[in-house]
Amino acid sequence: MRSSNSQFDVIVVGGGPAGIASAVSAAQSGKRVAIADDNPALGGQIWRGETVHSDPAARAWISKLRESSVQLFPGTRVFDQPVPGTLNAETLDGRVAFDYGKLILATGARERFLPFPGWTLQNVMGAGALQALVKAGLPIQGKRVVVAGTGPLLLAVASYLKKHGAIVVAVCEQASRASLAAFALGLFAHPGKIAQAWELRGELAGVDLLTSAWPLTAAGNQILESVVISSKRTPKRIACDYLACGFHLVPNTELASLVGCRLEGGFVQVDDLQNTSVPNVFCAGEPTGIGGVDLALLEGQIAGLAAGGHRAAAENLRKQRAKLRSFARSLEKTFQLRPELKRLTTPETIVCRCEDVTLSKLRPHGSWRAAKLQSRCGMGPCQGRICGPATQFLLGWAAESVRPPVLPVKLRNLTYESDQPKGELASVM
Amino acid sequence: MPEQIAVTVNGATVAVAPGTCVAAAMMIAGASCRSSVSGELRGPLCGMGVCFECRAEIDGVAHSRSCQIVCVSGMNIKTDA
Repeated sequence: MRSSNSQFDVIVVGGGPAGIASAVSAAQSGKRVAIADDNPALGGQIWRGETVHSDPAARAWISKLRESSVQLFPGTRVFDQPVPGTLNAETLDGRVAFDYGKLILATGARERFLPFPGWTLQNVMGAGALQALVKAGLPIQGKRVVVAGTGPLLLAVASYLKKHGAIVVAVCEQASRASLAAFALGLFAHPGKIAQAWELRGELAGVDLLTSAWPLTAAGNQILESVVISSKRTPKRIACDYLACGFHLVPNTELASLVGCRLEGGFVQVDDLQNTSVPNVFCAGEPTGIGGVDLALLEGQIAGLAAGGHRAAAENLRKQRAKLRSFARSLEKTFQLRPELKRLTTPETIVCRCEDVTLSKLRPHGSWRAAKLQSRCGMGPCQGRICGPATQFLLGWAAESVRPPVLPVKLRNLTYESDQPKGELASVM
Repeated sequence: MPEQIAVTVNGATVAVAPGTCVAAAMMIAGASCRSSVSGELRGPLCGMGVCFECRAEIDGVAHSRSCQIVCVSGMNIKTDA
């Protein structure tokens, strides 16, 4: 079947911790609930592969999900809302339309990438990306890896890779030691996080942990061979097989923008019950502020309970949420990008990888819109998801309107008036 | 050791563990994903279906995001290089 319609009281978009907690909580009230998620398996970016079995929170929530009546739609990418209350999504087989009473957006976050010479070489990728690929079968035993960028993800990734046999040559965190020390001190308000931090430190014994350090260039013949690290003002070349490099996270807010939710400072604005500015649309997890898995689970529960009509139960969780939000704020402060990183991108460095647009071709334009029109920056298949946050940091440009489809979709899935297959139209990006 | 499954990457047979994503199978085979607009050979960047760098032809479907698709026995994968 190429096209089908499904009606639900509550649709959750995103099957990570926030989405799973939302759906389970909403289904408690007997509502018909579904989760639509891009990935082949639920769990999001954090609960992936064996983590589903090894992480107690993941195990608990996934078993609650299995016991619930929630219908799961993995491999399902929501690309449009043609009218309020209906979403169109693409699957590997065709198209599905969801009619909803309430919508919960739990679309998570992606890594922020900053362009530097050599960042387009093969085997230079996100920190979370390398971890995801190893979880999905990429052998890492005996490979030399440099982990770089910023954010708590770096240590978690380094530890994971080391456990799986990688030689983690160095971890380069752009934040300063002083700023990390202040962050560590702040963890006393969050005992669970201290335990995690200590565990990571132990697991990374023997690994060079550099602060105020970042990659200057990556080199190799089409494929990465070495990286030059700036540390304590003396650049150092390190031979490696992989550079796992991500500069913290940026929220996935495209769908929220498309349905008309108000954003502030790049994040979806929500009230105490995770209501967005659009009636019947809730948002939970990273799109409301990068706060990690505990906050995502809590916001998911609040959104799910509120969407399911359990307002009082949702209100009871507000105090806990305020505490976790203070952790989110300290994350933001600790891992904010230092201005020196703007100098990593040289005039010849490609900023937009889809269309191979260099910084020198972008500079003459005054805005994201002008640059898109004149240089094709952000006009490729990622629709600016990678170069948008980079140009925002480098040039201060804000991304403007979002238009449907929010993802590249096959032409036949855009022409869905009838349930009959339309014949093999050309597949377009 | 779980039983391996065989897929074809640019005509060569590659054995991978069950659950391996197509992007990982391509890397195991030593294949690049795509050739960029200016001719650079690219590999996966985001690993989560956002960047589109890992796109390849999978069982005749062009522009498939190889990091989001799990290998199935007999799958035929073609990349730019």
